[in-house]
Amino acid sequence: MNRPIKVVLAKPGLDGHDQGAKVVARALMDAGMEVIYTGLRQTPEAVARIAQDEDADVIALSSMAGSHVPFCEKLKPLLERAGLGDKLWVIGGNLPKQDHDRLKALGFRGIFPSSSRLDDIVGFVREHVR
Amino acid sequence: MKPVINESGIEIRARYGAEDVERSGGLDFIGDPGQYPFVRGIHPLMYRHRPYTMRQYTGFGNPADTNRRFQYLIENGQTGLNVAFDLPTQCGLDSDDPLAAGEVGRVGMAVDTLADFEVAFDGIDLDRITVSLTVNGAAPQLIAMYLAMAEKRGYDVAKLRGTAQNDILKEFIGRGTWIYPVEPSVKLVGDTIEYCARHAPKYSPVSVCGYHIRESGANPAQEMAYAFAIAKAYADEALARGLDIDEFAGRLSFNFNVFGNLFEQVAKFRAGRGLWAKIVKEHYGAKKPESGWLRMIAGGGGGGLTYEQPEVNIVRGAYYALIAALSGAQTMALCCYDEAYTIPTEYAQRISLRTMQLLIEEMGLADTADPLGGSWYVETLTNDMRRKMEETMAEVDAAGGIVRLVAEGAIQAKVSAQAYRMQRAIESGEFRKVGVNCYRSEAAEEHEVQLHPYKDEDARRQVRSLEEIRLKRSSHEVPEALSKIRAAAETGANVMPAVVEAVKAYATVGEITQALAGVYGRFREPVRF
Repeated sequence: MNRPIKVVLAKPGLDGHDQGAKVVARALMDAGMEVIYTGLRQTPEAVARIAQDEDADVIALSSMAGSHVPFCEKLKPLLERAGLGDKLWVIGGNLPKQDHDRLKALGFRGIFPSSSRLDDIVGFVREHVR
Repeated sequence: MKPVINESGIEIRARYGAEDVERSGGLDFIGDPGQYPFVRGIHPLMYRHRPYTMRQYTGFGNPADTNRRFQYLIENGQTGLNVAFDLPTQCGLDSDDPLAAGEVGRVGMAVDTLADFEVAFDGIDLDRITVSLTVNGAAPQLIAMYLAMAEKRGYDVAKLRGTAQNDILKEFIGRGTWIYPVEPSVKLVGDTIEYCARHAPKYSPVSVCGYHIRESGANPAQEMAYAFAIAKAYADEALARGLDIDEFAGRLSFNFNVFGNLFEQVAKFRAGRGLWAKIVKEHYGAKKPESGWLRMIAGGGGGGLTYEQPEVNIVRGAYYALIAALSGAQTMALCCYDEAYTIPTEYAQRISLRTMQLLIEEMGLADTADPLGGSWYVETLTNDMRRKMEETMAEVDAAGGIVRLVAEGAIQAKVSAQAYRMQRAIESGEFRKVGVNCYRSEAAEEHEVQLHPYKDEDARRQVRSLEEIRLKRSSHEVPEALSKIRAAAETGANVMPAVVEAVKAYATVGEITQALAGVYGRFREPVRF
């Protein structure tokens, strides 16, 4: 790839806990990636539209308030319809173990619960982006 | 010898003596407990007079679910309530709004109308149990609902005690439940202060939060300095309405964090009490001593708890409670050990409650005021911390003031950069966290944390009851009240009288928000790195 990896990092739903999202954004930028951070309160439609407009390689979500599964269920068909089905989808935050299989089934290849290390997130994105 | 520097940037000596206290400014700016500048506590007898109020942050599902948990906590000896609202309520959305889907009742109690408050506080004696409402963007509606509910139950609003968080400036820095742009948001805080000063003078309309600024990456000295800068912004807004400082300053309260170095936190609170008292007296010219009291809830400390080895968080919580008690907090709330996983279960909340109780009952924390006072280390550090806070406040003023710095996203960018450096320091092992970067249990930690369940059915019931209220309420009262809200907002008048009228007519949180947003517009977040 000639250009830097481009990540759209979104805060889905109404959750306002953005400390983690901003920390991860900085880590990805420090690793030479281009990060479009959406800010808070993004709908599934907005995430898909921004990712499409920005021609993102990676769609990343940060969710701390428990609504990740219903959000991702709505987001999946929208990303696919926008032609982003083959991009790398990752999610981090307060993600109970019992939800990991469901998130994987919805197409999220990287799942980073609280306590994940920044270098692991950066490494995973580098390795898996197409 | 390796230097030790605390998070606020103060170098810690290997030993302290009387000469260090002198060098740092001496003991002139301390006073006795209950005496200006209140460094040693706001009351001469402190917890002998009244132990700290115990107020765990609680709320989930619909109001009936939450009422049952309230009753449980009160039966277990809790002395106040601290209400958690779901995100739609906090963001000013009704439970049937498409944007609320999947979030109704998830991280707090869903509230749409006054009817929900009637259910939530049913059977609770509002004179004996004071209630704190953790709401910010939607605070005008929820304060109005609380006053209306109490009045309906026969309480005299002029004597009613209670607190609303209602600190919108910190929501723009961290936590994120803003609705309107910064300026009208501050104006609304002024409206609630003015309305309460005139109609509910015992009610605390604002609890200024350093807490969430610390969670977002501020160090302990910045936490206090930014909170005081914000409190000054609200005080200036209230003074501009023609209120006297002594009419409202005594009802401003504060909410601070406790995680981190124990001595740094205790010194932070002692220094903060002195600094706030000085600001209120010298800058604002308050005459009443109680106007300068730093009344605070302290505890929490979610940012210090860990996902790894969650049971160790019970121990952390106990130390956080100790810090709050040593610091003379008026009210305490602890984050539960399952904080990194879920909103707390009943079991986790009971452990937190017992932790706070045993400090009083078994450990002697309520026996004497300011037990660490007179320690050379703590007194020196108190002077040093006050200087750090004053420097930070001067920086804020020099850069254009807190309202402008928040609107531009400058404070957000600064604390977020600090949060990133701290995360790197934790991952490198430079900043030690037990179970995270040292003393890990590598054997594939199985975290046995019971998760609080979320029930879609509770959300559906909430939507059904909202639909019923919409059908039952008067068809002309609500539109009339909403147009009065719009008119007040357009002319710059205080919106609270109209908001109170609207909630009494069972207007919804969302309808009132839309009326205000129609005039004020909505906040657009500045994204700065």
